[in-house]
Amino acid sequence: MPAKIEIKTDNDTRAEVRRAKLAPLSSGKISSLEIVDVYAVDAELAESQLPAVASMLTNPVTQKSSYSKSLFPDNFDWVVEIGFLPGVTDNVGTTAREGIEDLLNAKFGSVQGVFTSQRTFLSGTVSKEDVQRFADTLYNPVIQRVAVKTKDEFLHEADKIVIPRVKLDTLPVADIVNILDLADDELAVIGKSGIANSDGTRRGPLALDITYMKEIQAYFRNKGRNPTDLELESIAQTWSEHCHHTIFADQIDDITDGLFKHYIKRSTNEIRAKKGEKDFCVSVFTDNAGGIIFDERFVVCHKVETHNSPSALDPFGGSITGIVGVNRDPMGFGMGSKPFLNQYGFCFADPNDETIIYKGKNYTQPMLSPRRIMDGVIDGVNVGGNCSGIPTPQGFLFFDQRYKGKPLVFVGTAGLIPRTVNGKPSHEKTAMAGDYIVMVGGRVGKDGIHGATFSSEAMDSGSPATAVQIGDPITQKKESDAIVKEARDLGLYNSITDNGAGGLSCSVAEMAKECGGCYVKLDQVPLKYPGLAPWETWVSESQERMTLSVPKDKWAAFSDLMKRRGVEATIIGEFTDSGKCVVDYNGKNVMDVEMDFLHDGLPERPMKSQATMTFHKEPSLEELDDLTGTLYKMLARQNIASFEFISMQYDHEVQGGSVLKPLQGRGRVNADTTVTRPVLDSNKAVIMSQGINPKYSDIDTYHMAACAIDTAVRNAVAAGANLEHLALLDNFCWCSSNEPERLGQLKNAVMACYDYATAYGTPFVSGKDSMFNDFKGFDADGNPIKISVPPTLLVSSFGVMEDSKKAVSLDAKFAGDLVYVLGETKNELGGSEYFAMHEATGAFVPEVDAEKNLKLYKALSNCISEELVASAQSVHKGGLGVALAKTAMGGLLGMEVCLDNLSGMFWRDDFTLYSESQGRVVVTVAPENKDKFEKLMEGNFFARVGVVKEDKSFVVKSAHKVVINGDVDEMLKSYKSTFAGY
Amino acid sequence: MAAPNVLVMTGYGINCDEETKFAFEKAGAKAKIVHINDLTDGHDRLSNYQILAFPGGFSYGDDTGSGNAFANRVRNNLWEETRKFVEGDHLAIGICNGFQIMVNLGLVPALCGQYGDRQAALAHNDSARYHVRWVDLEFGGSSPWTTNIGTISVPVAHGEGKFYVTHSALMRLKEKGMIAAKYVSGEMCQYQNLPPNPNGSLEDVAGILDESGRLIGMMPHPERAIDFTHLPNWPLLKEKLKREGKPLPAEGPGMKIFRNAVEYFK
Repeated sequence: MPAKIEIKTDNDTRAEVRRAKLAPLSSGKISSLEIVDVYAVDAELAESQLPAVASMLTNPVTQKSSYSKSLFPDNFDWVVEIGFLPGVTDNVGTTAREGIEDLLNAKFGSVQGVFTSQRTFLSGTVSKEDVQRFADTLYNPVIQRVAVKTKDEFLHEADKIVIPRVKLDTLPVADIVNILDLADDELAVIGKSGIANSDGTRRGPLALDITYMKEIQAYFRNKGRNPTDLELESIAQTWSEHCHHTIFADQIDDITDGLFKHYIKRSTNEIRAKKGEKDFCVSVFTDNAGGIIFDERFVVCHKVETHNSPSALDPFGGSITGIVGVNRDPMGFGMGSKPFLNQYGFCFADPNDETIIYKGKNYTQPMLSPRRIMDGVIDGVNVGGNCSGIPTPQGFLFFDQRYKGKPLVFVGTAGLIPRTVNGKPSHEKTAMAGDYIVMVGGRVGKDGIHGATFSSEAMDSGSPATAVQIGDPITQKKESDAIVKEARDLGLYNSITDNGAGGLSCSVAEMAKECGGCYVKLDQVPLKYPGLAPWETWVSESQERMTLSVPKDKWAAFSDLMKRRGVEATIIGEFTDSGKCVVDYNGKNVMDVEMDFLHDGLPERPMKSQATMTFHKEPSLEELDDLTGTLYKMLARQNIASFEFISMQYDHEVQGGSVLKPLQGRGRVNADTTVTRPVLDSNKAVIMSQGINPKYSDIDTYHMAACAIDTAVRNAVAAGANLEHLALLDNFCWCSSNEPERLGQLKNAVMACYDYATAYGTPFVSGKDSMFNDFKGFDADGNPIKISVPPTLLVSSFGVMEDSKKAVSLDAKFAGDLVYVLGETKNELGGSEYFAMHEATGAFVPEVDAEKNLKLYKALSNCISEELVASAQSVHKGGLGVALAKTAMGGLLGMEVCLDNLSGMFWRDDFTLYSESQGRVVVTVAPENKDKFEKLMEGNFFARVGVVKEDKSFVVKSAHKVVINGDVDEMLKSYKSTFAGY
Repeated sequence: MAAPNVLVMTGYGINCDEETKFAFEKAGAKAKIVHINDLTDGHDRLSNYQILAFPGGFSYGDDTGSGNAFANRVRNNLWEETRKFVEGDHLAIGICNGFQIMVNLGLVPALCGQYGDRQAALAHNDSARYHVRWVDLEFGGSSPWTTNIGTISVPVAHGEGKFYVTHSALMRLKEKGMIAAKYVSGEMCQYQNLPPNPNGSLEDVAGILDESGRLIGMMPHPERAIDFTHLPNWPLLKEKLKREGKPLPAEGPGMKIFRNAVEYFK
């Protein structure tokens, strides 16, 4: 008999916050709002056991609970009930279940459980429409169910217990798919829309084009049989753009070895060869993350991923799955590294834009608003990062209306691993034939299959499971600790990788390459609920899972350890040297495909690119005498403004290694670069930064990429990085990558990656691409629209600092310090934030002179190493004006600066202040260090432009005129106004 | 007496175990990270240790209330050993999530010696959001943990840290000198221009003791303030000291708490 426990918290902060959030959505008044948490317990509990269970879930100081009848306030008009849809991970429910099992010393049945939901009671002069609107902001239809009830409706069934149990009526078998005799057009339909179900509907895209489908047809004709659905799905996963990166791998124009090998990998190879003995790379491009030497004891690795499409549909679920998912990349690096540092970067549309766009015709399937997406994405990384105990200091926000169809959600994680584990280099691993294939961590459900969503009938126990899951950081934290802090060093496995895209089908097949084959008993895979078809089990992207190869004689010890750590580990097959990937299900063979075909059978699809020229006129802007107001406006721009509300909710102190934090100085200004010590007894640190500016792509993607690299490198150098020990990661988020023009833009950007990585000697060690960030739908008037993101490249820099005490923060330190601008300022406002403020693009995009910059960066590094630099702020978005302002605001000190001495070519004060010329850094230097500093900088373009002041005046002069007469407190007010209240 | 043995509890999402162990070792203790299941199944025993530390983290993801599920695991499996341990001449500390665990387990404040009673709560922050920043703490109370500390700066990072007890309990806490630390406006609040109380805690209470003073629970993280470069204003302090020709401090202020604990067993 199911039971129900309800809990009400006194002075519930959540209720207060919710009331404040909902109030603006209605013209009426909410006079009170209360929240009751509900645990529905689907298990055989005796009446007499309920008080103890309720007491366990209730804090008697601040909470009341009831297990016999419902809790509700005396006065209320409406109730909003929100719970999960069937099959969606209910983390709180799972914990409650474990607690109850522990308390009563009894086990629940396999389909039993605890299901949580929440009731919000409202009273006031609000209409049903208002309450419905409230409800819409409180729940996500993809994963949650909602009911809005009047008081009478509620009282009528207040004690009803809702158990959202999954029931699936299809019989789990593998189907044979007839393709041998199909004509090309019929093959194409399968490739595009998926395998047909018995009712004629399709299972969702295989994303296999006709070239690929014909190759598969030929392969099975040769075998003399049709494939199973599982075989087709498995090949589709392995050959997908997501897994195989064909756009980067295949021939393009006359580049036969493809863009990746020809430009990115080649640049890394050349840099490593040139460095010789000083090569610090350990493992590049081959593993789940890229690894570099940290010191004589440790290797650090790093990986940055994107999770864009899921975040558009379910921002919270998409981003938490993104961050927790990318945590598994370092966990799967080499023999398993410990995640110690996260980074993030979000590209959104204007959160003030409330115009709705639709996925479907006739105003159906509305997209979430940019603000909803932004709030949800930020919250997802908050929960994922904080719960995992991994610091998340480093990040950025970037806004452009072309992210309205699809936001970009970048998430990255760095890991730490000893250089040798059990006497062997830790980055090497080999699954051996005869090892058990072991799945560790979470269970498999219908999550993320084809990334599509299943339709769900709310509140009905017969609903199918939904496709989007909420990540469970704690399941993964337990798994991570048990593996990288214990099993690894006990030598209990031979190889490890994570389950990401394509689930088992990819992780097992990938590891099987190491030994030459695998044999899987798919019915052994633990499921979240019964009824999954074999192909679903095989390709499901359920989270929190790693795949390991465990030698038979180590299984007992491995299994025992996992049990004692509360981590589920299951043998699902064996690695072999058969040359084949073989899968059985309930004693029946459902897959038997040669490894060679699976991994390398896909035919090349040569691509043609087309060069395009874009030309935007320089805008003619009024030249103001007083630029004070302009500076305030620039500081409040979404792309420049403070996002300390994020920095103050993402824990950047955990693990005890924080050196340079995301907010710096008295003014708490957002920094471009953070420094973290991963080894507690070492003074060495990892320095991390990022460079991105998609607006430059509107003029030229080559220079866009060059600027991203230069910015990522420069930011790091300004904070104290050593160019000799700095690596890069690339994340391409492109659009419409089947169009020759877009491929032409891509080719240019990749060429820049080669040119500038080589010039700086900073090797790319890992990367990821996402090639189709396009939205096809309908605008607010129902007209068809396509929104493509601007070609976006995120370059992340990460390197090793010898002495963390030499790190340099951005804030001016003392009045009287001298202000310098290093580098040349040119008339390069194309794609700048200043032009964007005037709704213009402009003609002259910043160009990067690597040779000159390299010399300057090395000189700056020397100065930092000699401890001559009191503060440093790299110049990027918003140009010199913003960089000088950040230095002053950071120190809460004034500044007096004259533009006349600047190096470079310029003729208008506003252009001088807001040009985004690369290769520049604003530094302050103590007067006593002036001579030494200037001597070390000799031979570079640099200028002493002013001095730090005790009062808070911010004065910029040009040709003896005052062009900015600002006040640092006012500047900070503007800088922090944009996202105040977020 | 030799260096005390410290048991640093871990498992189920506790995540500050390594830095907590490091801080104790830096103070001269011998510390070991022990998974709670190694205690429940007898691989190790509480009685092998003199100091018990519940570190910060997200045990059970804060599900069913922060610290509650882990406290239940201790209560359902290790209660007798735990009670015996805290009644003996031992020390215990709970930091952040560890404080939440100790409160739910009834180890602090345990007024009238009622170990096991839940007498306090750490509720959602007033902002209803996870909040990370530095605070200034004024230490007090009669406890080996808080001796001679005065006012120091350390970070907080939590979503549920708003301390609450009934009025009568608060009176008794004050009477008996059981308030271990209060949020005050000191060096770091002034440096970063932030209000002293980060979460709306009753009477700015950041940490409390049991009646014996041997058990302490606190929301802030002293183990994240043990190096000079942990301080948010270290780059400024470094410039200042360098220009004055003075050396940089060897360690951060949080070390005092760990040193006090080790000192107790000397």
